[in-house]
Amino acid sequence: MSYYFAIVGTQDNPLFEYEFGTSKQGGDGQSRFTEQVRHLNQFILHSSLDIAEEVQWSHGQIGRGLTGGGSRNGRYLKCIDKFFNNYISCFVTGGNVKFLLLHQPTTPTSTASSRSSTAIGANPTSPATEEAIKMFFMEVYDNWVKAIMNPFYKANMEVRSPIFRARVAAAGRKYL
Amino acid sequence: MSSLPSSASTGKESGLRVPSNGKTIYHRPINRTKTSELSQASFAFLFSEMVAYAQKRVKGIQELEHKLNVQGHSIGIKLLDLLLYREPARTQLRPQNIVALLHFIKQNVWLHLFGRQADRLEKSTDAEKPDEYMIIDNEPLVNQYISVPREMSQLNCAAFVAGVVEGVCDGADFPARVTAHTVGEGEMWPGKTVFLVKFRSEVVEREAFLAKS
Repeated sequence: MSYYFAIVGTQDNPLFEYEFGTSKQGGDGQSRFTEQVRHLNQFILHSSLDIAEEVQWSHGQIGRGLTGGGSRNGRYLKCIDKFFNNYISCFVTGGNVKFLLLHQPTTPTSTASSRSSTAIGANPTSPATEEAIKMFFMEVYDNWVKAIMNPFYKANMEVRSPIFRARVAAAGRKYL
Repeated sequence: MSSLPSSASTGKESGLRVPSNGKTIYHRPINRTKTSELSQASFAFLFSEMVAYAQKRVKGIQELEHKLNVQGHSIGIKLLDLLLYREPARTQLRPQNIVALLHFIKQNVWLHLFGRQADRLEKSTDAEKPDEYMIIDNEPLVNQYISVPREMSQLNCAAFVAGVVEGVCDGADFPARVTAHTVGEGEMWPGKTVFLVKFRSEVVEREAFLAKS
């Protein structure tokens, strides 16, 4: 399981990006994107922005359709897009900054993963995966609010703090 | 000076400086206790300096109000995320329509800034202007120690608060123009201020579209 996480500002400008792999099921936390597709991640992720915008405003309707309840967190949009084997989950902050997570399950043909089909990530749209990603997003959001409360931070500025990066990495290790 | 969050804004890793106690802004909790209020006297002093600073650099009243507006704008953008974050988890919803957004401003933003809610919320009765809403404050806290000279009677320093409101609206993706107007109401509320929120046409359009679907 490989992940590519990006924070996109209100002008559709990237503010932060981070690539990592799963640490669950004995994963080593390294991403397994092949060289041919790695550079496509950014395209895939940003191409889902249109859908994210559509979903964020028509949220009530779509929310009821999928899960049949109003108990969802209003900012977590769950899995919104799919491009071949790449799934994209989205989270919108109050200030309309979007957290996008691209997750690519390891292809089931590999021998090791055939036994672990219940693991987080093997089934990208299962409730367990959605919950894990939600926890990840909430933790990142926690740190994100702290980052933008910095008096020197202006809206839509790139976040370069190595501490923020380390915190995102820790959240990834913890939940994904 | 341990409270200076010096780490987050320094660009390169080599230049990173961490406060001597090792605590960056990321180590501090972002929720605070309800009772931690600031002294109004020091706020009034700072605010008067802000007005004086702006006044030195402008020619007219409109320009001065615009300067104050800009000063408030960035506060509004940040407040939006902070206050949503501090809401209890169940109600951490992004405002999705104009009324929800204005209620959020009237209640949460005002409560956070001034310790009380705004007095009233009104929609323009003029059918020609469906994009205009009014937030009414009988006694703006920022104006408490401001006396406007007669020749500048057009000025309302609550333009700063209008800037904050505008920042919240813009941040929530409801772009708007917000202006502050004095509408004194006799002896009772001589400093009554109306914050006129004029949303851009596309916001009203979107609102109508979402209501239909």
